[in-house]
Amino acid sequence: MEKKIYLDNAATTKTRPAVVEAMLPYFTESFGNPSSVYELATQNKKAIDEARGIIAEALGAEISDIYFTAGGTESDNWALKATAEAYASKGNHIITSKIEHHAVLHSCEYLEKHGIEVSYIDVDENGIIKLEELKKAIRPTTILISVMFANNEIGTIQPIKEIGEIAKANQILFHTDAVQAFGQLAINVSELNIDMLSASGHKLNGPKGIGFLYIRKGLKLRSFIHGGAQERHRRAGTENVPGIVGFGKAVEIAMETMEERQKKEVELRDKLLKRVLKEVPYVRLNGHRTKRLPNNANFSFQFIEGESLLIMLDMQNICASSGSACTSGSLDPSHVLLAIGLPHEIAHGSLRLTLCEDNTEEEMDYVVDRIKEIVEKLRSMSPLYEDFVKSNRK
Amino acid sequence: MYSEKVMEHFSNPRNVGEIENASGVGTVGNAKCGDIMRIYLDINNGGIIQDVKFKTFGCGAAVATSSMATELVKGKNVKEALQVTNKAVMEALDGLPAVKVHCSLLAEEAIHAALWDYATKNNIVIEGLDKPKSDISEGEAEEIY
Repeated sequence: MEKKIYLDNAATTKTRPAVVEAMLPYFTESFGNPSSVYELATQNKKAIDEARGIIAEALGAEISDIYFTAGGTESDNWALKATAEAYASKGNHIITSKIEHHAVLHSCEYLEKHGIEVSYIDVDENGIIKLEELKKAIRPTTILISVMFANNEIGTIQPIKEIGEIAKANQILFHTDAVQAFGQLAINVSELNIDMLSASGHKLNGPKGIGFLYIRKGLKLRSFIHGGAQERHRRAGTENVPGIVGFGKAVEIAMETMEERQKKEVELRDKLLKRVLKEVPYVRLNGHRTKRLPNNANFSFQFIEGESLLIMLDMQNICASSGSACTSGSLDPSHVLLAIGLPHEIAHGSLRLTLCEDNTEEEMDYVVDRIKEIVEKLRSMSPLYEDFVKSNRK
Repeated sequence: MYSEKVMEHFSNPRNVGEIENASGVGTVGNAKCGDIMRIYLDINNGGIIQDVKFKTFGCGAAVATSSMATELVKGKNVKEALQVTNKAVMEALDGLPAVKVHCSLLAEEAIHAALWDYATKNNIVIEGLDKPKSDISEGEAEEIY
């Protein structure tokens, strides 16, 4: 295929043309600083609040509880570090999972160097957090539970409602990193007892460099970025007006099209899953079969290494990602794949394909056909496969 | 991220395969770190490497360095093959990203391991060849750059 087949929508998504169109005036004629007094500026304040309103409605939240940030990573950092600081008099213990995004895990590691104790809860073989272990980890000093809504690598959706109930019953704050889930799954912060929620614009066909943190009214969280009085004194810095407007537009479209998209993506994804699992030997699906994001497929192919697979897929115009060490920038494969119990060599052979509504059945067929060829080629070069075949012959 | 040479060797690796009853076989690396290289040498009575094959489990750089290393030792005598260092492999590939330098070390080590196997089988001593490490550990790989 001449056209690029983009199957890395968990990494980032294409900004929708309607989103770009909504943003454009705010770069040019409506460039005013929302904090200024003249009309050129105040109309931008309105545009920001419109976007805030769309997002609040999408979450069943109060409009004043949405705080714009520069992205999901900032939101996660803010939620964890500011909670640790604001609730220091109550305790110094945080509970999280072993499969969080690095924005949460590395923030936790930072906090551990500053007197905070962190419990990292295990997940089962499908990547679902062990609720009994979570309950047992609760201490009188626990101030926060932070568990992601859905995992970015294996797509597993966490039992957020149950975690929210546990947190509420124990009077512990509950933060969820919903960067992958927001816009893909229906989320209601009140029904789910979520106190803080992080999300990002570019994962739902919005622009990069914009995100938000939902902070339930009454929480004592203070500013993380100090400066001006923007975002009700809680997040300083001149607002990214085009980004916020684009984010709002993207959320509006995502909410309108959610059901339809889910249906289409699940259909395509399941076709892909079925064919790969049936036609490629020595492969496994990572993550839960059904409790997973509609667009996520994650496989491990035995005896081969992920980066080689990615490069060969790229040569066939297919964009994908892997949890192998070579792609993570370290010598260890993905912490998520290790947490679900995969041995290192199987984790190295992982492939994540994350679809979007624009993908077609034809593309899925093309991708599976190429995967089959490439996996076979790489196995023919693999000493692990050679050993496996020889030991079978004996 | 990779040079054209690396991509070329990755796309069309030279000397992939096995040699039955090889004069020497060396396997280095481990699956935990995501790289395993196996090199087969066919060495004639005059000590010339007349054929060489490899199999590699690993990233693009691991495949390319294996391919290049086999090219560099083919037709050489044992002593000359011993001079094929990781640096020579890297230079021949127009360089490697810093995080991939350990792949070239692994390639050098795989050649040495195959030569060691040949020496052991034939009860000879190859001057300058020490018993190879079966693995390139993370720490060592990092010290190099």
